[in-house]
Amino acid sequence: MSKDYLEKELPLEAKSRFIFISLVIAFIINLFPLQEIIFLLRPDFVALTLLFWNINQPHHVGMSIAFISGVIMDVCNSSILGQHALAYCFMSFLAIILHRRLVLFSIFQQAPQIFWILLLTQLIVYISGTLTGSYHSDWYFFLSSITGALIWPVIALILGISQKPEIDPNAL
Amino acid sequence: MESVPQFFRTGPSPQARLFFFSLLSILLMIADLRFESLDKVRQAIGTILYPLQKIALAPTNLYDQVDDLIKDLHLTKEINYLRQQYFLHQQQFSRLQILEEENTHLRRLLNAAKQTEVKSIMAEILYIPRDPFKRKIILNRGTSDGIEAGQVVVDDLGVIGQVTQIFPWSAEVTLITDKNHAVPIQVARNGLRSIISGVGKNNELELRYLSINADIQVNDLLITSGIGGVYPPGLPVARIEKIEHDRSYNFSRITCVPIAGVDRNRHVLILSMPLSTTPESTTSSDTIESKS
Repeated sequence: MSKDYLEKELPLEAKSRFIFISLVIAFIINLFPLQEIIFLLRPDFVALTLLFWNINQPHHVGMSIAFISGVIMDVCNSSILGQHALAYCFMSFLAIILHRRLVLFSIFQQAPQIFWILLLTQLIVYISGTLTGSYHSDWYFFLSSITGALIWPVIALILGISQKPEIDPNAL
Repeated sequence: MESVPQFFRTGPSPQARLFFFSLLSILLMIADLRFESLDKVRQAIGTILYPLQKIALAPTNLYDQVDDLIKDLHLTKEINYLRQQYFLHQQQFSRLQILEEENTHLRRLLNAAKQTEVKSIMAEILYIPRDPFKRKIILNRGTSDGIEAGQVVVDDLGVIGQVTQIFPWSAEVTLITDKNHAVPIQVARNGLRSIISGVGKNNELELRYLSINADIQVNDLLITSGIGGVYPPGLPVARIEKIEHDRSYNFSRITCVPIAGVDRNRHVLILSMPLSTTPESTTSSDTIESKS
């Protein structure tokens, strides 16, 4: 890895209002009615948004927000209450302990690492679903973590806008 | 011991937080699954979410409106067609009325119980929950429209499912293809009673625990038997697609295809049956929804 991270600009802190709105939009996107095939492929936008804020603003968006989003997601999905909450908490935990390392990479290099985190998250959803007896085995369930990783750069770019420092050439 | 300055204070460690929140989630899951005590919480969150669902639905609504505008051009043709259909149905309807009168008369002669009247409410699918393993849909009608849990959802062809969770403006329907859902049925040809259950896959139902010598054939029509009091009798449910006899099992494996467009429609009907006073209603609680 090159040392381009040294030249990275220090990101500003995003406003908490922006974080809140981004999460609400992610929920709306998750609720879009879609056809069956796209339905299986569509990434979990709430998870991605949470991940972004966990990595970039771990002091603002922590596990409590992940937990609340998970419970809301469970109601949306009409799955067992706590299933997504548990998964999102694990995801949040991974993101928070890895965030110092992850921010060193460019957003494209982050994508494969995001993939593993998303896969683990889905695995937790899957295991808890299986243990409670409502799931059966279908491998394509995990496809959405691949699409999630693919769409990560786009999301990171959009959400990163709020953190761009305003550079004033006449500052000094 | 000096206290840590504000800037460096981070609260409990991530590990401790993870432990706390996982414990909380697991407790939630247990409370939801074993004691089913969180319906109120679900309803509250569902109500808060309703505006978001509406916004998510806006693009499809817009598309529908544009679609309607284009369709307006073909309207005259459609009106003609519908008028023809109307007269046709009107004639059939008058015959039906005569039959119904005759039926009530005959029932009175036999001293049999009156057949219950069924009212229906049109509803639209708001969205489909993301969980690909659960066969559920969310409709845009709720307690404010008089929807109750346990009501039956049908389309023009047959049964789709049953309302299992209600919110003020929306309702969750468990489809007949859901793994945890069962419908009491009858074979239309010979009246053989059984229970059909979903397998969790799209467009597939299973007739379990029918012995090998049961009189059942491919392409048999299965209709609701009305036993249990949840589903009104006589609604088409499924058609038998394949019967596999395996000598090593006592039961044959019978797969069926639902007749209704369980995964296709945008608009469905919710039937509201007044609770029957017959002894059937006492057994209704344990037959239909076998929650694990």
